[in-house]
Amino acid sequence: MNTSVGQSRLGFKVHRMSRRLSTVWLLVLVFAVWEIYARLDPSIHFPPISRIFDNFRTVWLSSDPRQLFVSDLFVEQAGKSLSRFARGWALAIVIGVGFGVLLGASSTLARMYNPIVRFFASIPSTLLLPIAVQLFGIADNMNVFLICLGSVGVIMINTCDGVAGVDRMWIRSARSLQLGRLTLYRKVIIPAAMPQIMAGLRVSLGISLILMVIAELYATTVGLGHQIVIAQTSFRYLDMWSAFVVVGVIGVSLNALFSVIERRVLRWQRRAGLDAL
Amino acid sequence: MDLYVEGVNKTYGHGATAKQVLTDTSLVINSKQFVSIVGPSGCGKSTLLMIMAGLLSPTDGHIRLGDRAVDGPPLGLSVVFQDYSRSLFPWLTVERNLAMAATAYKIPKAELKNRVEHALHSVGLEGSGSMYPWQMSGGMQQRVAIARALVVEPTVMLMDEPFAAVDAQTRADLEDLVLRVRAEYQVTVVFVTHDIDEAVYMADQVVVMAAGPGRIVANLPVDLPRPRDQVETKLDPRFSELRSQVFQLVMRPTENRG
Repeated sequence: MNTSVGQSRLGFKVHRMSRRLSTVWLLVLVFAVWEIYARLDPSIHFPPISRIFDNFRTVWLSSDPRQLFVSDLFVEQAGKSLSRFARGWALAIVIGVGFGVLLGASSTLARMYNPIVRFFASIPSTLLLPIAVQLFGIADNMNVFLICLGSVGVIMINTCDGVAGVDRMWIRSARSLQLGRLTLYRKVIIPAAMPQIMAGLRVSLGISLILMVIAELYATTVGLGHQIVIAQTSFRYLDMWSAFVVVGVIGVSLNALFSVIERRVLRWQRRAGLDAL
Repeated sequence: MDLYVEGVNKTYGHGATAKQVLTDTSLVINSKQFVSIVGPSGCGKSTLLMIMAGLLSPTDGHIRLGDRAVDGPPLGLSVVFQDYSRSLFPWLTVERNLAMAATAYKIPKAELKNRVEHALHSVGLEGSGSMYPWQMSGGMQQRVAIARALVVEPTVMLMDEPFAAVDAQTRADLEDLVLRVRAEYQVTVVFVTHDIDEAVYMADQVVVMAAGPGRIVANLPVDLPRPRDQVETKLDPRFSELRSQVFQLVMRPTENRG
């Protein structure tokens, strides 16, 4: 009995290890090939990956725990970018969820506004950049406006569909409890639509991060995108690559953080086996 | 408070595709009675219950609870639906599900807390308030749904095939549970089922419906002694007699009319 349990536990450990290996081996291989290639055939455009990480460490990281181990440059540049992202995305969430609920609740409103919303949501958001610059000039608000405008559509559409598609049985149940309109929306309809709202937020998170960098590439004087352009135009390719790493790390971290929140908020959905609804 | 169903018709759709699901239905449910409504599928028994609950409006006729007309879900009337997973809210704990049912009643916080505890105790789920519905078995979830109906101390409780989705053992337990809480809360119960044994076992009065179009064909008093017992009551010759009488009415409604 005991040995078989021990064996299966060992088997489980081996299984888990092989799974972990399978998630990293390709990444390790890509890095290795890059490193070897860059060293055999040196080029200013493609420095070895080890030097990129070295640069990343010296330029963007620090040993100061009070600063969360990032450098002053990181605080200054990434801080600026992230603040624009946060303001733009938060605004998009407030507007997108707000109007999405209204559109989802009223089929008349939805019929009126759907063509407009869907038209604007289908325009590649980067095309809005010239408009944003026209409206706000090279100011912080331009970035915030672009991020908001580019991500609000997908949030609104998902919220609208989620609210319109709430299981009629839950609404009937809520009606039998004589819930007021406000309580009905706050406690039943919005929670029930949460899976789709979260799906919209996840997509818009990616869009917001893209627009954050794009707007900074184009017209600004501070931020990660600006750092990339400056490095590129002054032939500091190593700095350019290490700024890419910063953008990548920020993207992965924000997505991971979002996943944690999403799992927490939608715990009931997976556990209740209601994914299909 | 008595519940009156007066001349109710219900038609879905218009013109050539119109389908009449209830025709000229009248019924009086006396205060504190336990009334079963039984009939084949498609006889409109659930439609009738939803109309009583104020969740559907009749095409003709009306519903009265005491002397008030029902034109929407009234206070003092609770509904237990068949599908507990889609009537309880899985994003709320059991306690919060119960508290939500009382929102419209504006019960003070401390009193509400007592009522929630008492209702959970009555259905045998004391101490489970902080669980989520999806952490519970189907039978337990339906107990929560019953507790949610009771927490407002209703005068009438409407139950729409509440035990159709649970296994036989659980079903018997829940039947006895409903009989117990009904006595404890002194509540009028209207109980829709397609199970003839269940209809007779539970009720003071069995209303038999027929399909095509849906209508009431009989209203039989059940004179079995209380408290009912799953073994004793079902061995009673009177139980078999009533059961076969209802069975015949359900199977051959036209021959037995009048």
